[in-house]
Amino acid sequence: MMIQTDNRKEVMEKSRAALPDHVVAFIEACNSGPYPHSQLISVLHKVQAHFGYLGKEQLDAVAQLMQIPAAKVTGVATFYHYFRLEPQGKFTIRVCLGTACYVKGADRVVERLRDELGIGFGETTSDGLFSLEASRCLGACGLAPVVMVGERIYGEMTPDKVPALLERFVKEAEKQAAQKQS
Amino acid sequence: MSDKKMINLVIDETPVSVPEGATIMDAAEKNLGIRIPRLCYHPDLSLAGSCRVCVVEVKGVDFLMASCSVKVWEGMEVKTNSPEIRQARRDILELLLDNHPQDCQTCERDGNCELQNLAYSLGVRERLFEGVRKRRPVEASSRSVVRNAEKCILCGRCVRVCAEVQGIYNLSQHGRGFETEVMPAHGARMDDSVCIQCGQCINVCPTAALVEQSATEAVWAALNDPTKTVVVQTAPSIRAALGEGFGLKPGTPVTGQMVTALRRLGFEAVFDTNFTADLTIVEEAEEFVRRFQAEERLPLLTSCSPGWVNFLERFYPELIPHASSCRSPMAMMSSLLKRYYAEKMGIAAKDLFVVAVMPCVAKKFEAGRPEFHMEDGTPETDAVLTTRELIWMIRCYGIDLVNLPEDAFDNPFGESSGAADIFGTTGGVMEAALRSAVERLTGAPPEKLEFTDVRAVEGLRERELRVGELLLNVGVANGLTNAKRLLDKVVNGEKAFHIIEVMACPGGCIGGGGQPYPPQGYRFLDRRLLAARAKALYAIDSAKELRSSIRNPQIQALYRDYLGEPGGEKAHKFLHTHYAPRLPRGIR
Repeated sequence: MMIQTDNRKEVMEKSRAALPDHVVAFIEACNSGPYPHSQLISVLHKVQAHFGYLGKEQLDAVAQLMQIPAAKVTGVATFYHYFRLEPQGKFTIRVCLGTACYVKGADRVVERLRDELGIGFGETTSDGLFSLEASRCLGACGLAPVVMVGERIYGEMTPDKVPALLERFVKEAEKQAAQKQS
Repeated sequence: MSDKKMINLVIDETPVSVPEGATIMDAAEKNLGIRIPRLCYHPDLSLAGSCRVCVVEVKGVDFLMASCSVKVWEGMEVKTNSPEIRQARRDILELLLDNHPQDCQTCERDGNCELQNLAYSLGVRERLFEGVRKRRPVEASSRSVVRNAEKCILCGRCVRVCAEVQGIYNLSQHGRGFETEVMPAHGARMDDSVCIQCGQCINVCPTAALVEQSATEAVWAALNDPTKTVVVQTAPSIRAALGEGFGLKPGTPVTGQMVTALRRLGFEAVFDTNFTADLTIVEEAEEFVRRFQAEERLPLLTSCSPGWVNFLERFYPELIPHASSCRSPMAMMSSLLKRYYAEKMGIAAKDLFVVAVMPCVAKKFEAGRPEFHMEDGTPETDAVLTTRELIWMIRCYGIDLVNLPEDAFDNPFGESSGAADIFGTTGGVMEAALRSAVERLTGAPPEKLEFTDVRAVEGLRERELRVGELLLNVGVANGLTNAKRLLDKVVNGEKAFHIIEVMACPGGCIGGGGQPYPPQGYRFLDRRLLAARAKALYAIDSAKELRSSIRNPQIQALYRDYLGEPGGEKAHKFLHTHYAPRLPRGIR
C-alpha cells in the first residue's frame, strides 16, 4: 500500500488562507496568462495595499501560489524601498527632506523625532503607533520645514514643536481606543 | 558548428576568426591562449557580468567592456592588456578588498582563495583605502553550511549554482547597494530553509563566505580522550580525491597511504565505507527484486546521497514511497559499528567514537537526523569530516601522505567488491545494483559486469537494458536540475522506470560539496577533474577479483553471524530508515 506523502494540497490551502481573496484571484488569473512570473511586483503591491506591509507568511504564500522560489520573492521584496517588511505604525510621520525644508532646518527636526520616538527612518515604534519616513518635496515649500502625519501637514516645524505634535496623536489614539471600547 | 558564420577580429594585434556568438573572453582564450582574469564568470553558469575584473579595451568604445559578456563583432579590435587596463583591474580588486576582512592568515581559504590569488596576480601590493566594513554576524548554527556574509563579494556564483545546477534557488541577493547580502529567503538559517545541504555553494565560492561546518576540533578532542575508542570510516570517493591535497595529479588513488595516515592520526581502526556500500547493494537489490516481482512502488529511487534525500523530502515528497528504505552506506556502517562491532569488541557503544570521512557536507546533516541515533539519544556517527577537513588534519599533523607506506583497512569491515568503489561516481550505484540484482533475478551473474551505458557523465541518462529475458528501464541523474527532468516524468506518469539513481552533486560523490578545491589548472565543475577522479574509481574496480556485492564473503559472513536474511527483520531494524515530507516545501 502506498502511503500518502504529498503535502502539496495542504501547502496550497495554507497559502490561500494567508492572502485576501482578491489577491488569490489575481494570482490565479496571472498564472493562466502569459509570463505569470513577471507579475510578481504587481502581486506584492496588492499584498502591501491590503496589509500595509509584506509579512513572512504572505511572502511564502505568494511564492507557493505563483511557484516562484521564496528566495527570489524576498530578494525582490527587500530590493525596493517601497516594500515594507514590518507592519506600518498607526500614524506615519513623513519628514520632508527636500531642498527648501532642508535649508530651513529639517535635519534638526528629524534629530528630535528620532530622539523622542527612539526609532530611525523605515522603523516603527514598539507600541505600533508611529512609523518614521523620509520624504522628498511634499509641495508645501512655503511652509518649510514640513512634516506630514497621516494625511495632515504641519508647517514651520521646529524641534521644540515635536513633543506637542506627538502628544496630540498619542491622545487621538487613546480617544479612538476608548470610543471603540464603549 | 562548421556552418556557423565566422567573425574576423583583432585581439592584441593578432587577427583571429571565431564563430559568431563567441565572447571576447572565449575568443582570446581558445585562439590565442590569453586567459583574461575573471571572478564572477563561470562557463557552466549564466552570465552575471557583475565583477568587472575581465575588462578589456575595444577600439571605438569609450569605456572598458566586460569580456565575459560581450560578443565579438566583425572588425572588432580588442586590447586585453595595457597599463590602463591593468590599473582598472587592480582598482576593481582594491575596491572589493576595501570592505573585505583583512584576516587572510587566519582564514580557512588562505592559500586557495580566488580573491587572494587575483589580488596577487593583478598586482595589488598596497592598500590605499580603508573602506567601510560590512559587519554581519556569521551564520554558523546550521549543521552543514556556514555563511559568513562579511567575506562575501557578491559575485553571485553561489546563487547561480544553487538555482541553475541544483534547481533549489535557496540563495538570493537581498537588499540593495552596499547592504546587499546573499542569503536564503527571510535570512533564514540554512537548516530552516529549502537548502538541501549539498555544499555546491561552498565549492563555487571564491572566498570563505560559504564554508562547511567544521568537525575537526571535535575529532581532535576525541582522539585525545583516553576514555574513547575512536574509529573511522572512509567513503569510496575519498581515495580518488585525497591525493590532490598533497600535490598529486587528479585521479591518483591513495587508498593505502590514506589508511596509514589515519592510523598515524590516532584512529584505532580504519574501516571502509565500501563494505557497507556492498551491504547497501545487497539490501537494495533485495528490495528491488521484491518490488519488481510484486510490481509495486516502481521506480525504486536510490537513497545513498543525503543531499538528494533532503531534496526528495522538500521538493518531491509525493515520491517518498518510491525511495529505497536502505540507509546510506555511512549510516549502515555507523549502525553496525555502534551495535555489532562494539559488542564484539566489548566496548560500550557510548565509548566508541565513530568518525566518517565523506566527500559531502550533507552527510553532516544526515548524521544529525534523529533516525540515526542510538536508543540512548547519542548519534551513531559522532563526527563527519569532509575530504578537505581530512587533508587539513593530515597536513596539520605533519604527515607526508605521498611517501607513506600502504596499509589495508581493518576487518571485519575491510573487504569490498569493485561494485562498492564505483559508488563514488555517477551511475555507480546503478551499476553496482545491476550486478547484484541481475544475478538475483536471473540466477546467474550478468555476462558483462560493466554497465558502461549507465555512467551518466553528461548529467542525465535514460537507458533500456536487456538482461536475459528482462527489459529494465533505468534513469541516472547527477545534479538536481537533471534529476528534476527524470522525476517529473515519474510524477506525470510519462514513463515507467524500474530504477532511478540520483546523486545530488554533479558527477556524483567525486564532485561532492566536501571534495578538495580544484587544484591549479582546474576549475569547479571541471569535467576533466571529475573524469580523472571517476577513472581512478573504475580502475580500482576493474583491478579487483571481487566485483559483485552479493559475492563479498565478509558480507555473507555478516548475514550468517548477525543480520540473518537480506531484507529480514534485523536487517530492517539496523540498516533501513524512513523519510518524511519537510517544510518549507521547495518550488520545483
